[in-house]
Amino acid sequence: MLGLNKKDTSLLIIVGLLTLLAPFILNPFPEGSAMAQFNAGYPDLMQRFVIFGILAIGFNILFGLTGYLSFGHAAFLGVGSYSAVWMFKLLSYNIIPAIALSVVVAGLFSLLIGFVSLRRSGIYFSILTLAFAQMSFALAYSVLSNPKFNLTNGETGLQVYADDPQILQGANAPDLPHLFGLPMRATYTMDVGAWSFDFNAGYYLCAVIMMVVFYLSIRIFRSPFGMMLRAVKSNQQRMNYTGLNSKPYTLAAFVISGMYAGLAGGLMAAMDPLAGAERMQWTASGEVVLMTILGGTGTLIGPVLGAGFIKYFENIFSKINDNVLHGWFAFLPDGLEDAVVFLIHPFIGKGWHLTLGILFMLVVIYLPGGLVEGGQRLLNRLKRKKTGTDDAPSGKTEPAE
Amino acid sequence: MDAILLQILNGLDKGSAYALIALGLTLIFGTLGVVNFAHGALFMIGAFCAVTLQKLMNLSYVTIDESQTDFLGNPLKVETPYIEAWFGPEFGATIIDWSVPLAILFAIPIMLLVGYVMERGLIKHFYKRPHADQILVTFGLAIVLQEIVKYFFGANPIQTPPPDALSGSIDLGTMIGFDPNAIIYPIWRLVYFGFAVAIIGAVFSFLQFTTFGMVVRAGMADRETVGLLGINIDRRFTIMFGIAAAVAGLAGVMYGPLNPPNYHMGMDFLVLSFVVVVVGGMGSLPGAVLAGFLLGILESFASTTWATTTIPGINQIIIYLVAIIVLLTRPRGLMGRKGVMEE
Repeated sequence: MLGLNKKDTSLLIIVGLLTLLAPFILNPFPEGSAMAQFNAGYPDLMQRFVIFGILAIGFNILFGLTGYLSFGHAAFLGVGSYSAVWMFKLLSYNIIPAIALSVVVAGLFSLLIGFVSLRRSGIYFSILTLAFAQMSFALAYSVLSNPKFNLTNGETGLQVYADDPQILQGANAPDLPHLFGLPMRATYTMDVGAWSFDFNAGYYLCAVIMMVVFYLSIRIFRSPFGMMLRAVKSNQQRMNYTGLNSKPYTLAAFVISGMYAGLAGGLMAAMDPLAGAERMQWTASGEVVLMTILGGTGTLIGPVLGAGFIKYFENIFSKINDNVLHGWFAFLPDGLEDAVVFLIHPFIGKGWHLTLGILFMLVVIYLPGGLVEGGQRLLNRLKRKKTGTDDAPSGKTEPAE
Repeated sequence: MDAILLQILNGLDKGSAYALIALGLTLIFGTLGVVNFAHGALFMIGAFCAVTLQKLMNLSYVTIDESQTDFLGNPLKVETPYIEAWFGPEFGATIIDWSVPLAILFAIPIMLLVGYVMERGLIKHFYKRPHADQILVTFGLAIVLQEIVKYFFGANPIQTPPPDALSGSIDLGTMIGFDPNAIIYPIWRLVYFGFAVAIIGAVFSFLQFTTFGMVVRAGMADRETVGLLGINIDRRFTIMFGIAAAVAGLAGVMYGPLNPPNYHMGMDFLVLSFVVVVVGGMGSLPGAVLAGFLLGILESFASTTWATTTIPGINQIIIYLVAIIVLLTRPRGLMGRKGVMEE
């Protein structure tokens, strides 16, 4: 289907079903029950799942295929957000021009940065992208918000004000981001017994866009172009010796990945018409790296999994507090209960970043392939148990270098 | 003239911090070949050693003084730090006052231990993995260390005042023949600069004039051959990692009075220190020190009103700008050796 082989088609369909049915899947607990706080099916969080999914898919095209570790992807995200909000300010709240411009501007911006940064590789590339991103952050935060030429509105963040021109804004159009009159905040709530499911217009827009870009990324992975990028990762020197200039390929990958980030930034602004400089800070770039690695670098589904995993647990862990823990461990004797709660306390609530850091380290140390590799290993083990025979050690060959 | 001198002086304290952190970073890179993203966290841990010592020294017991009363008429509760009780009020108060310099002694063993544990426990396993993996795992470690400190000390900056004798400013200008009040400079910044120079001198002479240092330098040049000569070079490199951690930690201890330590100060400095290392030349110790001071001073010049009105925002981006230009025009950095991490 659509030029994909059977395996990829089924992967695409599974991801499609999961995203479309997410409002059901993420709300497994009835409203008002003790477990309801672990529901993740509310619009804001679901939007974040797919938007960060898009960002991570794009990052994976660069890092997963070419092995170039960029520490500056947040810059493209921020640029995308700023462009989208400018479209809201100048034209109208319709999101189509906003998203289009954010992709284009991020693409141009990444062309510029990529052209310079890709002259070096390895850790120098990481540091160059980091330097560019930090520079953009500093500029957006201070210089570009001076009264004469206010491009970013500094610390407050760029937003739409009542006296903005909005030349294409019709009289009847809603006064918030919309798609030809359908506001992004429109939510239809379906109540089934004790459950309630939210269907949000913004979420479905993001989900459809994510499906499209996911499909594109599958095509890129399977194309000769993708093959070339993998060749860059495995041995760039050898490629250069065969007389092939790898720069256009890596630059193309960088720009594609930057446009994905710009798209994510544009969508972020479309869901909430506000763009702040902190979106460009290097910790934000670090977050994308975390997502991709955690999910599985160089795999198709990995980055989406990683983004969903981090955003979901960020949300859940921040909600758990000591009272919840006491409720869970109430079956233990009192002293033991307090001890267990005391031990877990640093890792929950505000301690989520600690958990994330430890988890990330464990993944890098023991599971360089991320969650995807973990899942595969688990499957293999189960299979082996079923058949009862151990696979003979495969004759793995190392390249002679 | 005096304005130029003032800007150079203003750049010295930041330059010292950059130089010390970059020195440790490049020491680790030159010996072990590891890109350590957790080095900023070591700087931060050093600063929190000073915070911890200050808190320990201020541990007090409460006595009730019947002769005085507070505003409600109750007997006044007097808190006496244990230090003052043990060493007498005069000498005890002096010790508490000097807690930041004393923290140097407190921090050295801690930082050596932290460095040793980090190298043996984690980084040892990453020598054979790609640089990207080393960056990622140390990045994760940096997050973890930062969050642990945040858990124990909270998110707000904690004041660590310098000793009374060294706080305040002096009029440097009159000492070297300028008009009075032309160059007024905080004493602690001078102390910090002197301290940095002393540490840098100590590290360099350790490497240059001791047998241990000679072996380490030989190992940096050709690790395999040194190993073949029957020298346990890994153990020496581990110790060098500890020393690099201690250098970063000491830079942090003394930095407290300039800028109250908070849990993310390490990350703020880390990005800049990496830039410094790259500008100086990966693996070059003199390069790191030179670039550290150079960029610190450059940053201070870029912050003058003249510079910021000519090119708005130049003070925010100057370091990155310099790094980009250096990386593109002089790939080896200012003093990088040929063949060391050129790609």
